[in-house]
Amino acid sequence: MAYLSLLIFLGGIVLLFVLAYNKLVSLKNQTENSWSQIDVQLKRRYDLIPNLVESVKGYMKHEKGILETVTSLRSKLIKGDVNEKEKANNQFSNALKSIFAVAENYPKLQASKNFLNLQDELSATENKISYARQFYNESVYNLNTAVGSFPTNAIAKIFNFSKKEYFGVEEEAKKSVKISF
Amino acid sequence: MVYNQITINKRNSVLLFLLFFIILTSLGYIFGYIFEFGYTGVVFGFIFALVSALISYYYGDKLVLNISRAREVKKKEYPFLVNTIEGLSLGYGIPMPRVYVMPGNQINAFATGRDPKNASISVTEGALDKLNKEELEGVLSHEISHIKNLDIRLMVLTAIMVGTIVMISDFFLRSVFFTRQDDRGKGNIQIILFIIGIFLAILSPIFAQLIKLAISRKREYLADSSGALLTKNPKGLANALRKIMNDKDILRTANHATAHLFISNPFKSKKDLFTNLFSTHPPLNERIKKLEDM
Repeated sequence: MAYLSLLIFLGGIVLLFVLAYNKLVSLKNQTENSWSQIDVQLKRRYDLIPNLVESVKGYMKHEKGILETVTSLRSKLIKGDVNEKEKANNQFSNALKSIFAVAENYPKLQASKNFLNLQDELSATENKISYARQFYNESVYNLNTAVGSFPTNAIAKIFNFSKKEYFGVEEEAKKSVKISF
Repeated sequence: MVYNQITINKRNSVLLFLLFFIILTSLGYIFGYIFEFGYTGVVFGFIFALVSALISYYYGDKLVLNISRAREVKKKEYPFLVNTIEGLSLGYGIPMPRVYVMPGNQINAFATGRDPKNASISVTEGALDKLNKEELEGVLSHEISHIKNLDIRLMVLTAIMVGTIVMISDFFLRSVFFTRQDDRGKGNIQIILFIIGIFLAILSPIFAQLIKLAISRKREYLADSSGALLTKNPKGLANALRKIMNDKDILRTANHATAHLFISNPFKSKKDLFTNLFSTHPPLNERIKKLEDM
């Protein structure tokens, strides 16, 4: 009888162990998947930049500075860790905003279908990044809560699950997304 | 709370299946009893229920989209629509649903499918014409929340199963009216068929009440508020609903079986008795107010 209850007790502990471990794995996978969605959109921006520069450089003779900034930010969008990408992405969003603001002074540019398509496509990726970020941050929140709270924190320590960083955004940039359409 | 909703929807879908089986099997039994082929009727009813349940589970979304004459569209034709839906699905971390556009000047939209992996969103041409980008995003966020909360499964099952019951009742009534008068000796059967027809005709409004319970107001409010949380812009959906309220157009491709799928009642007219019986949507005024209070 004592054996049996000991067995049940141990079985319960093992079960708890397995459940906690599986929960952590699925949360970790979710953050990785949602991060890769952000990466997809950052890559899309990266691909659009040469087109953008190409289509506006004929017009923006006095604003070479912005275009250079954009070009220099390009490679940073797809390299580095969450923090670096976040920074590059925010800078890029701001640069993009000024390009579109400046573009309003050039009626010919505004009339170009190519430029308008690019503008739509770039604001669409901006929106997608902000949505993908929402889900990523939610996933990170769930993972970090699990890693930080009992009993999953014990399992997390044993199997080296660590907290992840949020993909933040400057409040200013966040507002611009909403006004942009 | 949303995870709760998913569980409730899964359970209700199973209950709906059971109810459908019980009704059709007992109809088969009545039929078999009247025409004296005994339990074959039960078997027939059971098989009929099984087939239509499977069809509505696996092909219900396609049927509904077909009835609404919706057409699948690509990014090239409607870049903003497709991009917005893609963005919203990223926000929920669900696969991107297929995108459809259906004819009609009324501002309306619905989502359908059996799970987020097999889901579609359909909007009317009117919605694309009359709503601005922010409002359209609001409407789409409501629809994508239905997908995320798994409301779509229950809604499409209800549509097809109610449709089947309505169709059978129609069939009974017609066969009563179109039976030739000089078929003597069949008088009894005619009367019995007539009674069953009436019985079913009564049954379909009861079914409508069931839809009302299943597609409760809570479900629409929940989709409104989760949509607004997703876009962080309750005003977009609120303005869209206000435009919908003032929209005079009606949607001809909607019917009483599919009405509850839409974001707002496709029939408009408040005097119609059927419309009131089938009123599955909470009043737009209240929905707007809740959004503005967020």
